Amino acid sequence: MTITVENVTKVVRGSMHVRDVSLSLAPGTINILLGPTLSGKTSIMRLLAGLDAPTSGRVLVDGDDVTGKPVRERSVAMVYQQFINYPVMTVYENIASPLRVRGVAKAEIDAKVKRAAKLLRLEPYLDRLPLSLSGGQQQRTAIARALVKEAKLVLLDEPLANLDYKLREELRTELPRFFAGKGTIFVYATTEPSEALLLGGNTATLREGAVTQFGPTPEVYRSPKDKATACIFSDPPMNFLTVRVEGGSAVSDVGPSFDLTGTLKDLPDGRFEVGIRPNHVSLGPYAQKLAVVKGTVAVSEITGSESFVHVDVPNARWIALARGVHELQPGQTIEIYLDPSKFFVFDVDGHLVRAPDWKAA
Amino acid sequence: MTMARIELNNLAHSYKHRFSDSSDWAVKPMTMVWDDGGAYALLGPSGCGKTTLLNIISGLVTPSEGKVLFDDIDVTTLPTEQRNIAQVFQFPVIYDTMTVAENLAFPLRNRGVERRRIAERVKQVASMLDLSSDLERMASGLTADMKQKISLGRGLVREDVRAILFDEPLTVIDPHLKWQLRGALKRVHRHSRTTMVYVTHDQTEALTFADKVVVMLEGEVVQIGTPQELFEEPAHTFVGYFIGSPGMNVLPAVVEGCKAHIGDSAITLACRYPKFASEKKIEVGIRPEFLRVGNGGQGLKVNLLRVEDAGSRRIVRAELDGLPIAAIVAEDAAVSAGCLSLEPDPEHVHVYVDSKLVRA
Repeated sequence: MTITVENVTKVVRGSMHVRDVSLSLAPGTINILLGPTLSGKTSIMRLLAGLDAPTSGRVLVDGDDVTGKPVRERSVAMVYQQFINYPVMTVYENIASPLRVRGVAKAEIDAKVKRAAKLLRLEPYLDRLPLSLSGGQQQRTAIARALVKEAKLVLLDEPLANLDYKLREELRTELPRFFAGKGTIFVYATTEPSEALLLGGNTATLREGAVTQFGPTPEVYRSPKDKATACIFSDPPMNFLTVRVEGGSAVSDVGPSFDLTGTLKDLPDGRFEVGIRPNHVSLGPYAQKLAVVKGTVAVSEITGSESFVHVDVPNARWIALARGVHELQPGQTIEIYLDPSKFFVFDVDGHLVRAPDWKAA
Repeated sequence: MTMARIELNNLAHSYKHRFSDSSDWAVKPMTMVWDDGGAYALLGPSGCGKTTLLNIISGLVTPSEGKVLFDDIDVTTLPTEQRNIAQVFQFPVIYDTMTVAENLAFPLRNRGVERRRIAERVKQVASMLDLSSDLERMASGLTADMKQKISLGRGLVREDVRAILFDEPLTVIDPHLKWQLRGALKRVHRHSRTTMVYVTHDQTEALTFADKVVVMLEGEVVQIGTPQELFEEPAHTFVGYFIGSPGMNVLPAVVEGCKAHIGDSAITLACRYPKFASEKKIEVGIRPEFLRVGNGGQGLKVNLLRVEDAGSRRIVRAELDGLPIAAIVAEDAAVSAGCLSLEPDPEHVHVYVDSKLVRA
């Protein structure tokens, strides 16, 4: 099954929840909707599921217009951020419920429930009631139910957001595998760039109900087509500066002028915005070809393996992500180093002009 | 400014009236002192007892055993409102019918602080949290993020509290705003030096916020340390696993003097270890950050499974004798397929006996 949305818009009480979205999702793909709260992730999922009808535009399944066709006539499973299970049913019955509704034979139900339970490590809890389980186990129950349904479209709306960090790490790796090899279209909403990167697949970045870019995840991350996409797909947030290219050098608003090297090379005269990821802002040592910017430490956060140093530079507060422990005092003046070959260059309208070179992993 | 040293004296708690074995403890017997003016984070998986411990300190829960002392004064049975503490919860606690400024002023007004001082303080707190331009807005129309900022502000506004307790305060906040608020909290702490206790399951929040992180597992404190200590010398394999992403590689090993045999490979240790009794569980812990990828010469011979693009770095996933092992390499590192070796930095290879760190 291929699902396509064409120029879909959804207006709710005069406010635009989905803005002219077009996407085509191929069978057997993982598709991530990445964006902050209220950027339209859930609204798009509801349109894909058929829970809502678009105000304008069409939803097509294998070329057939299904716009307005109710959810029960579609092959859809959905998992929400809140753990939703039937509280009076055992875990076993919770997982079995979509099959019971469909009138599947008892032996087949049993085999499918047990297989899903094994995959999701729920075997010891099959006779328990969901509310007697931990959050992680409850969410696994909801995922197992989606799994046995063998729906062609599986929608996961921030399914791991309420779970422990480590559990998320594990489930994030496992989730795509549960659904792999069945041709399922997998749609996964998240607010976190790191989650999108680790899930891989394709990513659609969202802002105010509109898709800013849709493509293979590493490509969207490394060649964001505009500043909005770069901002959505950066955690810690991307650092920005403005340059005016003139007479062979770039005058910046953070102090120094830069030589036209790296991605600045051969830029025409004019104004540009430069985006720099925090891991490309270095605290030293200085090396040739690096540009030097002076700043004042606002705060430094240490994780034990890395340091996030928040630095005030003229016109902005930046974050530098450095390896190791850098205990810098607030108010301290420091030099930070920038590698022009790592600059994302945007024009004044925010369109990408140049991105750093990269090779796929 | 009053601040408090918090002392937990033979403290333990069970939600059951009678308990049969040690798994009935939500918080197992513990004694510890948290310094006056420190920033502490309680970190652990759900069900580890961190929230129970916070609730005992705030007075929402009276412990089954032991005492809680604030500056040597026994507060074990005192209700929350008599402990002189501020609290911030996971979800916003604010008055929708008030403006942002009135919400921030509320805890001060309640205590009869004089009007001029209230105005000053509200202004200060608003500026710390980037709320200055929103002070006159009604709270009811604001986004969840904004409301939680106000909640934080209400927690920070009183200067005379003995401690501020935070229970997952940033869990529902969007990632970008989290960066701002974490930094703001840290600056407030540096400035005020109020004792702060912060409960979270998010390692980044715990590590970046706290001077000392208290790692809990099954009702027990398994390690208290600075972020660097937890990273470089995890006292327990659980700490190694829980802190860091991916966590520490923990591999069964045979340790002989200054060599560790793992599967078919042998690696050098930084020092010499004694012979361990054969019934003990011996493991070696190596963080993915301290493994260098080589091409089959030295180190651990592994089978490459895949390389994940994590943005600012790559994660090499491999298998060693059927066990998963991970290494972290640079964003642009090339890793060739097939057999390869992972070379550990001996200074950062730790030996664990029955899950506990052994220093030679």
